[in-house]
Formats: sequence, C-alpha cells, structure tokens
Amino acid sequence: MDIKKCAPGKELCYSLSQHIGKCAEPVVRTGEKICMGQKIARADGKISANILSSVSGEVTDVKAGSHIAVKNDGMYTPVKGYGQKRSIIRMSEKEIIKHIYDAGVVGMGGAGFPTHVKLACKNNDNIRLLIINGAECEPYISPDFALMVSESSKILSGILVLLRLYKNASAVIAIEDNKREAADIFLKKVKHIKNIKVKLLNSRYPQGAERQIIYSVAGEKIGMDILPADRGYMVCNVSTVKAINDAVCESIPLTERIVTVTGDAVRSPCNLKVKTGTGFTELILAAGGFKGECKKIITGGPMMGKAVYNMDSFVTKTTSALICFLNDEVSACRTTPCIRCGRCVSACPNRLMPLIMAEYALNNDYEAYVRIGGMKCMECGKCTYVCPAKRSLTQMFTAAKKSIKGRGGNSA
Amino acid sequence: MLNVSAAPHIRNGTYTRELMLDVCIALIPSTCFGIYYFGIRALFIIAISIISCVLSEYIYEKIMGREVTVDDMSAFLTGLLLALNLPVHVPLWLPAVGGVFAIIIVKQLFGGIGHNFMNPALAARCFLLISYSREMTTFFADGESGATPLVLMKAGERPDIFKMFMGTTAGCIGETCVPMILMGALYLVIRKVISVIIPLSCIGSFVLFMSVYDFVSYGTVDTGYIVLQLCAGGLLFGAFFMATDYVTSPVTAAGKVVYGISIGTLIGIFRLSKGLPEGVSYAIICSNMIVPLIEKCTMPVPFGEEKKRIWLRNI
Repeated sequence: MDIKKCAPGKELCYSLSQHIGKCAEPVVRTGEKICMGQKIARADGKISANILSSVSGEVTDVKAGSHIAVKNDGMYTPVKGYGQKRSIIRMSEKEIIKHIYDAGVVGMGGAGFPTHVKLACKNNDNIRLLIINGAECEPYISPDFALMVSESSKILSGILVLLRLYKNASAVIAIEDNKREAADIFLKKVKHIKNIKVKLLNSRYPQGAERQIIYSVAGEKIGMDILPADRGYMVCNVSTVKAINDAVCESIPLTERIVTVTGDAVRSPCNLKVKTGTGFTELILAAGGFKGECKKIITGGPMMGKAVYNMDSFVTKTTSALICFLNDEVSACRTTPCIRCGRCVSACPNRLMPLIMAEYALNNDYEAYVRIGGMKCMECGKCTYVCPAKRSLTQMFTAAKKSIKGRGGNSA
Repeated sequence: MLNVSAAPHIRNGTYTRELMLDVCIALIPSTCFGIYYFGIRALFIIAISIISCVLSEYIYEKIMGREVTVDDMSAFLTGLLLALNLPVHVPLWLPAVGGVFAIIIVKQLFGGIGHNFMNPALAARCFLLISYSREMTTFFADGESGATPLVLMKAGERPDIFKMFMGTTAGCIGETCVPMILMGALYLVIRKVISVIIPLSCIGSFVLFMSVYDFVSYGTVDTGYIVLQLCAGGLLFGAFFMATDYVTSPVTAAGKVVYGISIGTLIGIFRLSKGLPEGVSYAIICSNMIVPLIEKCTMPVPFGEEKKRIWLRNI
C-alpha cells in the first residue's frame, strides 16, 4: 500500500462547490498573491464550507459560483501559523468545531457534507457510539485503506479529538475484512485504549453507507427518516477523521487527500497523495500515463462515482479515485425487458422493490413511486449491477427522485 | 471527448440469455433420458416444439414490427419445456399447435417476455390437455401402451418404486427420471439461477398435506405411498423447472414460500380428487394467478421501518 506523491503542476483550479450545500464565496481577487493554506473562499450560509489554497502563488481567475484558478509558484510558502501544533486538552468543544470549520473539512467518503455542521448535533452528550468508517466498500478504490496503513496515528489522534466532543461515546473503527492489514495496525494501537475498539466486518457493498454501517456495527436499523445522531450514533469516514486531526491538532487545513488512480487504461495504478485543485492530467501522468485510448473516466467509485466528459477537471476534497477504462462496458449493454428474476429485490440494501419502482418511474407515476418507498433509495447502484436485463434502474430512480423533490412532493 | 453515463459504471456478467441458456443446460439430462427411453420419436417432438415456439415468436414480432427477441433463448426454452411435458405418442402436429399457443396467446399477446402471467409452456400443456385429451393421455412404456403410475395408483395398484425412481415407466418425455431431474436442479441451484425456496416449500407442503390427509383418513402415514407420489408424474419436474419460472413466480423470499406452499397443497388436492390423476400443471397455473396478490401481501418492509409494519397495507 505505497502512496506516491503527485506534483500539483502549474495551474490549479478550485471548485467553489466541493461540498454539499451552498457554493463558497470567493474572498480573493484576480492577481492577488496567496499563500499555501490561505482561505480563498468562505462558507456561505449554514451548510457550506471554506475552501483553502493548497499551494502558494497568484490568483489568475475568480468566478463566483464556479471556481478560482491559481498559478502555482512552486514555493509552497505557508500561511502564518500553518502546521503549528496544538493541544486539545484545554480546547473547548466550540473551539474544536471552529478549527474544523476554518480548515474547510467536509465528509471525504464521497458525500462532502460539511463536517462542522455534522459534528455539531443537537446534544453532544446523547452520542453513545462513534463509528469510524473504514469500510471502503466500493470496488476498485483504496484511498482509505492506504491512509489507514500509512497514517494510523493521525487517525487515532483524530478519534481522540472526536471523543472529546462526545463525552459519553465510545469509538469503533469499522474495517472490512479485505483490509485486514489496516485492522491489524489499529488492533495493536488501541490495545490499551479503553473506549476505542476495532471491528472487522465482512466485505459487502454498500456497507460504507451510514445506516448500513451502523447496522453492521451496532445491529440497529435506522430508517431513512431518522437522523443517526438522534439515535446516538455518529459516523465519520477515516479520511475525514484524519483531516479533523490535521485541522485541530496541527493547524493544517484540508488541502490534500489520497486519490486512487486505477482502471485498465492506466499504466501503473497507484494511490497518490494529491493537493486539491490539481488537474486530472497531472494524476494520470503520475500514474504512468494511459496504455491506450481512454474511453471513460470516473471520479469516485465505479458504483456511485461520476463520469467526467474531459480531462479538464480538478481534484476536489471528495475526489477519492479516478478510474479510467479502455472500454465503456455500460454503453455496450443492451437493455432488455425485465424478467422479474428478483435479483434486484435481494440485492437492495434498503429492502425496496426496484423492479416495481422502475415501472412507476418509467410511467411517471410519482405518487405510486413514493408510496412504494422509492424515496428511500440511496442510489447505491446494486440493483443495476446485478440486473440480467441490464436495465438502468438506479438512473431511473435518480431521475424520479429529482422530479419528485423538484415538485415539492412527499419525500416520506 | 470521453463517454459519460450515470452511475453505476459497472455491470456483472449475467444476462437474461445466459440464465435461459443455463436452464436449457439443466434440462439436457432429462432430455437425453427421454430420447434414450422413449426413442427417436421423442427427439422429433422436442424439435417440432422448439421450432414452433421460436418461429411463432419470430413471425409475430416481425409482423408486429417489434424488436425480434428470439436470441434471448426464452422461446427455445419454452419449446423445450413444452415438449418435455408431452407424452411421446402425440401426433406430430400437436407440439406445433402447443408451441403457437404458448408463444402467441400466452406470451406475446400479453406483451412478450416478462409480461405473461402464466407459464407459457404449462398453459399450452393445459390447453392441449383440455382440447386433445385423448391424445394427451395415451401413454406408452416399454413399447406398449400403458397407464401412468399415477393412474395405476388411483386404481389401487402399487407400481415398482425402483422403476419409478429410474423413470422407466409411462409418462411425459422429460418428467419420469428422478436422478436426471435432480441433476439438472442441482446445476441450477449451484449456478444460482433458481433459489431452492420454491421447490422446497412446494415439495415440503405436498408431503405435509399428503401425510395429514393420510393420518386423518386412515390413522397412519403411509410413507411408501408418499414417496411414490413424489416420484410420480411431473411433481419434481414441475417444482424445479416450471414453478421456478421467473416471470410467473413472486420475487420476494416470503412470497416464494407462500407460492410454493400454494402449489404443493394444490397438487395434493388435485391428486386426491376423483377426476384428475395428475395435477401439477393446473396447480402451478392456478398459483401463477395469485402471484400478484402474494406479492402485494409479502412486500418487504424497508430497512429500519420494521416497527411500522402494517399487514396487507398495499392492497
């Protein structure tokens, strides 16, 4: 599990929407000189996150609601106080949240929900169980695995920060059994820590989903209409926990992450330590370039990630992987009628009936779609993966859910 | 410019065609035994039935201007299943008529693959049984005309258990030989094409039904008789190859149990009734009818909402 470094290149670009919620608001102007770790856009509104520069240099373009482009001067001059060690012993809960907020930490498992919002729940004392999500259930990708192997002490220190927030909680580090190496490292480290445990889960997609991992770890099923925090659970991805440690204990904002570059089109697949804002071209270069003509690139896992239409994209806080394919196997699939084999029903982690939902979604019968529980679909893609008729089920559900939400329909 | 599409970006390697092909492969042992035991005429019946089904599908879809779906193997499978459910001495035009009925009336008129509410092969068999009952109930074994074990049992005789197990008795082409059927069934289960829920609940409920009937009427349970009943007729063939048809069986595990029990119990009732020696086809067809109802009653409860369960809430 080696992690290679990836040079950020000359031109970097920061999306202003690297998180769920409102776009960040730029606080720099074109031509301005900036330092590494400097805030270039601030959180706008309740659910939003700061964006910080990962390099030093000059701002070349600012477009509100879209992006900030930066020219890297290659000096990496840090902002004042960057990397300063801090002790959490005297820190108040408010201060911890403030540091996380300042550092622009968001959920790095994929969703990108601003961490300072998530951690500040109604009543911190209610949280009984803190689950550190190291499941990493998507195939192909392994940034969390690489991080757990290489930065286990930082993750542990991040867990201690979180445990300071939640005084009544104990922590469980949940790792799937195909990453035994990582679990062994943590097992050794937490041997003498009373309230941190390691739990080995069997490997199953989509175990990394919040409610699924709570069920796997604690055995409690939490419906889609209840917040896990209200039942006393807080789930944090390992990468997020490491970012929390960096933000709180080391004054390093979230400007770096591990990205898996893989797929049959890549010459030497690897995990890269990448600064946010780095162009995809640099990542491919660091992974040895393409073997042939690349047909399709996916950011994130193959089950829930997004396809990009060209290489002019840049790494964000939530870019967990770049998967490059020589062949687009999905476009070659021919959709045939549903034969009611029921594979989607047994696959659905939320115990829904995808085949019937698809019928309603196709007929735009949204009322029936909601009634049958279609809004509870978490779009994990499992039904679509197993379908022998190669029907685009998840895609139909995504579209139907958007239409229903757009109409202000019942989301029960 | 790269290709784009919405997630998920990978698919597993199972296709409808492969599933149908797997069922065909699972039927090879029974087919071979049928041809071996009943003679080359069985092969003709099988060939005519398959050709009739595939041609009907092709011609119908051409005429209707639909996409031709004969390459998904489902019509081929229907033809094979229909032939294996016919006695070997039916006139050669009979499987052809059955094939046309199965594909056009039962399958295509309801919307083609995935939309038929009855198993096409079985519906065709029932149609032939009603319309050409003399041809459909004339059986031959060992070269001479004879009654099926079920008819003999109804008359109070006890057929030889070993002969019945090995399939060297009168019956339909594919349904007599138990080891061959089980071999195919095992293949389907190992390949995860079918789940064992339907066959097991079907056979289990049949055995239970017969035992209870025996006990209530005679005070004892005649196990030998029940074993004979199990080996006789199309029970095992139906339970493993016909009842498990995807399109006409429930999709949920609970639904499959209910469906299997319904089939098993109906087979028991039909076999015990006066008029009918064999009842597997009718039992499955009748159960096909109640599948939508079963499915509504056995809707899975969404994750995390077990406490909100309200029975029959979807009816």
